[in-house]
Amino acid sequence: MSNALKIKDLNVYFGDHHDLFQAVKSASFTVEKGSSFGLVGESGSGKSTILKALTGLAPQWEGEMTVAGQQLGLKRDRSFYKTVQMVFQDPYASLHPRQSVDQVLSETLKLHGFSDINDRIEALLKDVGLGPAFRFRYPHQLSGGQRQRVAIARALASEPQILLLDEPTSALDVSVQAEILNLLSDLRAEHGLTFVMVSHDLAVVSHMCDQTAVMRNGEIVEIISIEDMRAGKTAHDYTSQLLHASVNRVA
Amino acid sequence: MSSQASSLHAWLTSETPTSRRQARWAAVYKGWLSLKSNHMAMAGLAIIIALITVAALAPWLAPHDPFVQDLGNRLQPLGAEGHVLGTDSLGRDILSRLIYGARITLYIVALVALIAPIVGLLVGTISGYAGGWVDLVMMRITDIFLAFPRLVLALAFVAALGAGIENAVLAISLTAWPPYARMARAETLTIRGSDYISAIRLQGAGPLRIITKHIWPLCISSLIVRVTLDMAGIILAAAGLGFLGLGAQPPSPEWGAMISEGRRFLLDHWWVATMPGLAIFTVSLAFNLLGDGLRDVLDPKDSSS
Amino acid sequence: MTTLLDVKNLWVKFPTRNGIFDAVRGVSFSLGKERLGIVGESGSGKSMTGRAILQLIRKPGMIEADHIALQGQNLLNLSEKQMRSVRGKQISMVMQDPKFSLNPVLTVGDQIVEAYRLHNKASKAEARAKALEMLEAVSIRDPERVMKAYPHEMSGGMGQRIMIAMMLIPNPEILIADEPTSALDVSVQGQVLSIMDRLVKERGMGLIFISHDLNLVSQFCDRVLIMYAGRVVEVCQADKLHEAKHPYTQGLLGSLPKFDAPRPRLEVLNRDPAWREAPSVESTS
Repeated sequence: MSNALKIKDLNVYFGDHHDLFQAVKSASFTVEKGSSFGLVGESGSGKSTILKALTGLAPQWEGEMTVAGQQLGLKRDRSFYKTVQMVFQDPYASLHPRQSVDQVLSETLKLHGFSDINDRIEALLKDVGLGPAFRFRYPHQLSGGQRQRVAIARALASEPQILLLDEPTSALDVSVQAEILNLLSDLRAEHGLTFVMVSHDLAVVSHMCDQTAVMRNGEIVEIISIEDMRAGKTAHDYTSQLLHASVNRVA
Repeated sequence: MSSQASSLHAWLTSETPTSRRQARWAAVYKGWLSLKSNHMAMAGLAIIIALITVAALAPWLAPHDPFVQDLGNRLQPLGAEGHVLGTDSLGRDILSRLIYGARITLYIVALVALIAPIVGLLVGTISGYAGGWVDLVMMRITDIFLAFPRLVLALAFVAALGAGIENAVLAISLTAWPPYARMARAETLTIRGSDYISAIRLQGAGPLRIITKHIWPLCISSLIVRVTLDMAGIILAAAGLGFLGLGAQPPSPEWGAMISEGRRFLLDHWWVATMPGLAIFTVSLAFNLLGDGLRDVLDPKDSSS
Repeated sequence: MTTLLDVKNLWVKFPTRNGIFDAVRGVSFSLGKERLGIVGESGSGKSMTGRAILQLIRKPGMIEADHIALQGQNLLNLSEKQMRSVRGKQISMVMQDPKFSLNPVLTVGDQIVEAYRLHNKASKAEARAKALEMLEAVSIRDPERVMKAYPHEMSGGMGQRIMIAMMLIPNPEILIADEPTSALDVSVQGQVLSIMDRLVKERGMGLIFISHDLNLVSQFCDRVLIMYAGRVVEVCQADKLHEAKHPYTQGLLGSLPKFDAPRPRLEVLNRDPAWREAPSVESTS
């Protein structure tokens, strides 16, 4: 039972009966506990949709999804959200514009049934490298990197085991990206987290993950370890193409 | 500026608030500062505050009893002795009636401003967030209300409910909520799909909490703006009902009813109808100016710091 | 090398509630028939520099400079009407997202034809022929079909190629490309860049390539200006970017995760306040 996450023959659909669009086509993969798994692909490949189906944000799916030994049904209960949390792509869009850092975190903590809220907020802020001075600020008083730290703190509030990262740094400058990626690595080591990271950037995935699925048009074309990928031992042409394009940027 | 006031200013404008209370007050203070820099809005606010003061202090401010008739002294012109704004057809002092009428106007405005946006907010956000058939049913009902001309619908309601201020308020509210519902729904639809709503859903928050704590705060500011801009329309609708004899009943000094009474003497004694007309105009304009200013302050899309 | 554009001591200022904010602070450079990259992080003033050349800074922003000389002619002395004929005809600009640059209710063909006829006296048929030729030049396989299509029917890469076609039709001397490939997938990026590169070379144009992507710029450009807080902190040959001397440039390079050189932690940039104050580096081409 060392699987944190198991997905089998997952299909995800968008739209209604008249124009149904299949965004993910029979995707299967398993993520070991404590490991870090990447989902790479170009826009529209369905990589983010898998995270949405997993978290219940895309309700039209079929297949099997197992999280920490529990098979998922149509509804997600509180205990699921205590196990699995997500960090969104754009920190400018994932924080409520009218809520201060304190409000965001205290509401999250209350929802998860914690009572020592003040102490926990301070600990969370410290965890993500923000001082207590940030506690009562509103999103517009924060930079992009600081906002993403707040979003990470929110995701960590319920003390989850699995963290889903949906392009967590693609909206940030490279120097800020480095800070956030370092922070995520530290947190993973500290809390023994399992990561599932969606990205279009092979360099970021190779830095963060042990293994990655390569997706195209809703299908997983290959699941490959980062070492094999670095060594060029790709099984599928598309993976090699992607690799080539991200190293030699000018064709 | 005294040192106490300047330290308060520093406390309020601090970029690093240290308590929930300070953060909240700082946000309010920033809005106030930006409203204060808008002179037209401040003029509007001043007029409205003046109106409220006048209404509150009516018994002390009014030179005469607004209901006492003096037929020997009827239709006195402007500046007549003891009657600055003249008297009406029954010899009642117009200024006093305007001052007492401010109470009725404020009463109507306050009630409508409470009922219509709240109904609209409820209908709009529930409809927008729930989607599906709930949305369909609620929005078709809204459409039915929107399909009638507002005053005609209000007339029908008053005719059914009976004339009187309370019924007029009810009728105006019943016709005023659909635009708010539409607006709240449109905002909800854009907010619903945003990442911060997804994020709170992932914390296990239910629809009730999401609507009241996360969607309402974002809709309310635009509703407040819309209400202040609509105030003028509400005052005019109330005046219109009064004018048609379906709102406030004589001898109540409601401004619309005063115009209605003065209409008969418009050619020879123009001030009888014109003075309440000017009062309605001024107050409507004040609400419009304030609404315009508030829009700049409260617009959630404006993230400039 | 012949100098196409010479910018001297360029400032872009925005009045704010707390005084004047300088988005660009005394930037000087010259551009020949080359690919000049401008890199920097958000807020470094790189886009503002590109826009200021075309005087596309929205009010109340102000542009000040000793001169912005296009082949000896100071653009700052031109009227708005004269500037309009410079834009597009002599200097063109490609923006980040084609979705916002194309009019959604007109067909692609109509827009290209219109763009051409704006600067050239040509019959509709002539302009159409030219448009088809240009679409072929940006490697669009079925130009006839694309001409009849609306922008929303195009993919991002296709849209950006159309933008490039549109911007190059009047044969400008300089193309300013502001993050032209940032909204595109990596595989499409390569195609778009090579098309742009080919056309710029064939026509002997100067290219100003604005980007946040250091690797991309070092592979694609000839020369690079690195901007920080509105100033140019370093100028270097693009292929020698990895030997950059300024600590900011070095820090940026160190903060990038590298596919072929794994390390447990990425370097974190420590910003030295002195970088802000140091005067702009002059470029010598």
